[in-house]
Amino acid sequence: MIAFEKIVFYLFAAILVYAATRVITVRNPVHAALHLVLAFFTCAALWLLLEAEFLAITLVLVYVGAVMVLFLFVVMMLDINTSPIREGFIRYLPVGLSVAGLMLFEMYLVVHSRYFSAGQMPAPVPHAADYSNTRELGSVLYTDYVYPFEIASVILVVAIIAAIALTMRKRKGTKTQNPAEQVKVRSTDRVRVIKMEAETKD
Amino acid sequence: MVLADYLILGAVLFGLSVAGIFINRKNVIILLMCIELMLLAVNTNFIAFSHFTGDISGQVFVFFILTVAAAESAIGLAILVVLFRNRHTINVDDLDSMKG
Repeated sequence: MIAFEKIVFYLFAAILVYAATRVITVRNPVHAALHLVLAFFTCAALWLLLEAEFLAITLVLVYVGAVMVLFLFVVMMLDINTSPIREGFIRYLPVGLSVAGLMLFEMYLVVHSRYFSAGQMPAPVPHAADYSNTRELGSVLYTDYVYPFEIASVILVVAIIAAIALTMRKRKGTKTQNPAEQVKVRSTDRVRVIKMEAETKD
Repeated sequence: MVLADYLILGAVLFGLSVAGIFINRKNVIILLMCIELMLLAVNTNFIAFSHFTGDISGQVFVFFILTVAAAESAIGLAILVVLFRNRHTINVDDLDSMKG
């Protein structure tokens, strides 16, 4: 069982590293976005391995379902000429790789140091079959973290309003209502009562 | 599986996205994608620690990071669309009107 888990981990880790490499090296932004989708899917599988079921499904729903579709929409909406954007790829490749390699080496030193014994922490006992990750997460989220949860919802509202306000474009010739004018209106502006003599019908 | 395996995987992912920011420094869309990859690496570390220490708070933090990242990418892409509409380019080198 342990061997199977190891095989699954290394398989998905290899796919994840491949997808991430393709995201940063591929020429076409659409291909980069699709490889990022692959990376998110693979990472969701790894999170399932870590018994974080709710977050794995949230990752697929929110990221693959919403954010990456947004990315693809924007990539396809903008007509980007990729050739001038690619220049400097070779020039910055050494510095980029050296910074990345340095960070990886530092992380390796930290994780495999004698003083970081938590790195060799064995896996905890798996939860029972009737364990619900969603229930556990919810019971913490709506009690201890209810105030940050409310703030997160406010952040989402701010994001919605900001995105709409940024991209909204006033077009000429559109018919819109002016609420201020509508509220300000008086009955005398709309209806005129006139006095006149009664008339007979011929 | 030990915790170090997941931490190293997160470090590899983070390093790849840092390298991506360096080598794709002209294309704003790829830069945003690299930031998403970075957040994914950080989230993986959070979930690994949460799993191995048996503390669910790490997953709550991942929840909040996902929320903020979704908001960030939505606003970032909106800015990108406005930028392209006004300047007809997303090349970082052409966006120097603030002389930064």
